[in-house]
Amino acid sequence: MSRARYEHFSHGADIGLRGIGVSPAEAFEQAALALTAAITDPQDVALQESTEIRCAAPDLELLLVDFLNAVIYEMSAHGMLFSRYRVEIDGDRLHAVAQGERVDVAKHAPIVEVKGATFTCLQVAQQPEGSWLAQCVVDV
Amino acid sequence: MDVSRLERVSEHCWRIEPSGAMRVPGIIYGDEALVREMDDKVYEQVCNVATLPGIVRASYALPDAHWGYGFPIGGVAAFDPNESGVVSAGGVGFDISCGVRTLHTGLTLEDVEPKKKELADQLFRDIPAGVGSTGRIRLSESELDAMLTGGAQWAVEQGYGEQADLERIEERGRMHGADPECVSERARARQRDQMGTLGSGNHYLEIQHVVEIYDEKIAAVYGLSQGAILATIHCGSRGLGHQIGTEYLRDMAIVAAEYGIRLPDRELACAPIRSPIGEAYLGAMAAATNCALANRQIITHLTREAFARVLPSAQLTLLYDVSHNTCKAERHVVDGQEKLVYVHRKGATRAFGPGHPALPAPLNEVGQPVLVGGSMGTASYVLCGTAEAEHLSFSSSCHGAGRAFSRQQAKRTWSGRQIIDELSSRGILVRSPSMRGVAEEAPGAYKDIHAVVDAADRAGLSRKVARLEPVVVIKG
Repeated sequence: MSRARYEHFSHGADIGLRGIGVSPAEAFEQAALALTAAITDPQDVALQESTEIRCAAPDLELLLVDFLNAVIYEMSAHGMLFSRYRVEIDGDRLHAVAQGERVDVAKHAPIVEVKGATFTCLQVAQQPEGSWLAQCVVDV
Repeated sequence: MDVSRLERVSEHCWRIEPSGAMRVPGIIYGDEALVREMDDKVYEQVCNVATLPGIVRASYALPDAHWGYGFPIGGVAAFDPNESGVVSAGGVGFDISCGVRTLHTGLTLEDVEPKKKELADQLFRDIPAGVGSTGRIRLSESELDAMLTGGAQWAVEQGYGEQADLERIEERGRMHGADPECVSERARARQRDQMGTLGSGNHYLEIQHVVEIYDEKIAAVYGLSQGAILATIHCGSRGLGHQIGTEYLRDMAIVAAEYGIRLPDRELACAPIRSPIGEAYLGAMAAATNCALANRQIITHLTREAFARVLPSAQLTLLYDVSHNTCKAERHVVDGQEKLVYVHRKGATRAFGPGHPALPAPLNEVGQPVLVGGSMGTASYVLCGTAEAEHLSFSSSCHGAGRAFSRQQAKRTWSGRQIIDELSSRGILVRSPSMRGVAEEAPGAYKDIHAVVDAADRAGLSRKVARLEPVVVIKG
């Protein structure tokens, strides 16, 4: 089984996020790291503050969009960046703890502001080799 | 796009015959090279929009069309509320009322050249740009409500600019129908620190000079002359608009089925215009539009202050302010009858022709200024709305070049420092908080704006008036 990882893929003017993990929860964590990595290097984001995120949705794909949008909200409304995510999924509910710090323009040189997660290229699925993939495009 | 799937109506107009669930044809504007370059997804998205209830005439794609979310960017579609027509959060997009405002300065390139560096530094200090930047203005809940219903009119009342500015803004600076009650707590929270900020990505403030005039008569009415210096602001409704887009997109995607609407793509999320959620979205969207208009008004004020410090003889007055992510109730002729329809313009600019009652004098003599944004090193254009665009595209024209390279490709191809040095050697000063952001927005990452504008001109969507090139760029 592959190790947890994230990557970006191209979509027109915007950015595709892809998280891969042993479970949907781990794939969600990696997708959220891909979100941070679209803005700055997650290694530069210190673990100083924690934020709790809770959401619920009728299916796993909508849950991914809701989770990423909740992270985007925390970043936008509170000026945060996160570099560690712990996600638990129980049926249609998600509970997450995101850890990070406030944006420091000099330190993080953030590239772009993410406006929202979209339904484009949205997929949460188990791969033939067993790992889980969670992906969608975010509007920047 | 495979042009063999299209019927060529004229040199710059291509048609997709309705098939399957399509209620109307698809119409794509552009020369053969532009249409061939368009992604096949644009074809698919034009067809998908054509399936939505209440669509009238056609589903349009303009010469700068590219793969968007549900609707193509550069897409136009109008819906009749009396025929179960829909309003689509996806058809407006996340950055509600993102748009372009261009200001005259009364200065020439010769006036600005000796002070260029000082002006760039002053603008960069005064106008909050980039991720994590915050504005100076903090609004209480009641002030926020007043801003959401008052738009640029509210901003002028607060001392940001002048009454005369409002004449040169769509809707005279204030979109009617805004309902702050339909704007969530989260949307409000995202706006708290963001009034008067530019944002990031392709948003910018540019100081530009007029390098070529194509139509002397219209240019004279617009007050444009060779060598004149202009200031152009490109930004939108900031966090508030993004959150409204996010929330209504999700809600509409879920409830569409309850209204019997089959969505070929969830991103087309929509609801009947005459439904509780449709009406709530229109109220929230109008509020976000007012937020964008107020934001550009405040940035105008900050720009005036910066000029006053460096070049005190400058007089900044509005040429015009256009929004290019909108849904507006407008009267158009459909099947020989004038009707009220809801026109969605997603990455498309309203382009009213001469004589339109919404235009103030003297613009009504010639048609609405259509402001087409560039990308740091490339040109921007001022076009003019035409009478024939009414039946060609519900009076709509292009909004920009569109990307040719993805952000990842751009970062692999260029470094921010290299772009800044290259532009500097051409006399263009760039200021940005993020070098990687500059690399992602490299001028070479965008398509040829000249080809897009020429196609819009030849298709009759709008007429070329003037070309502008940047002198100073503040990049978010």
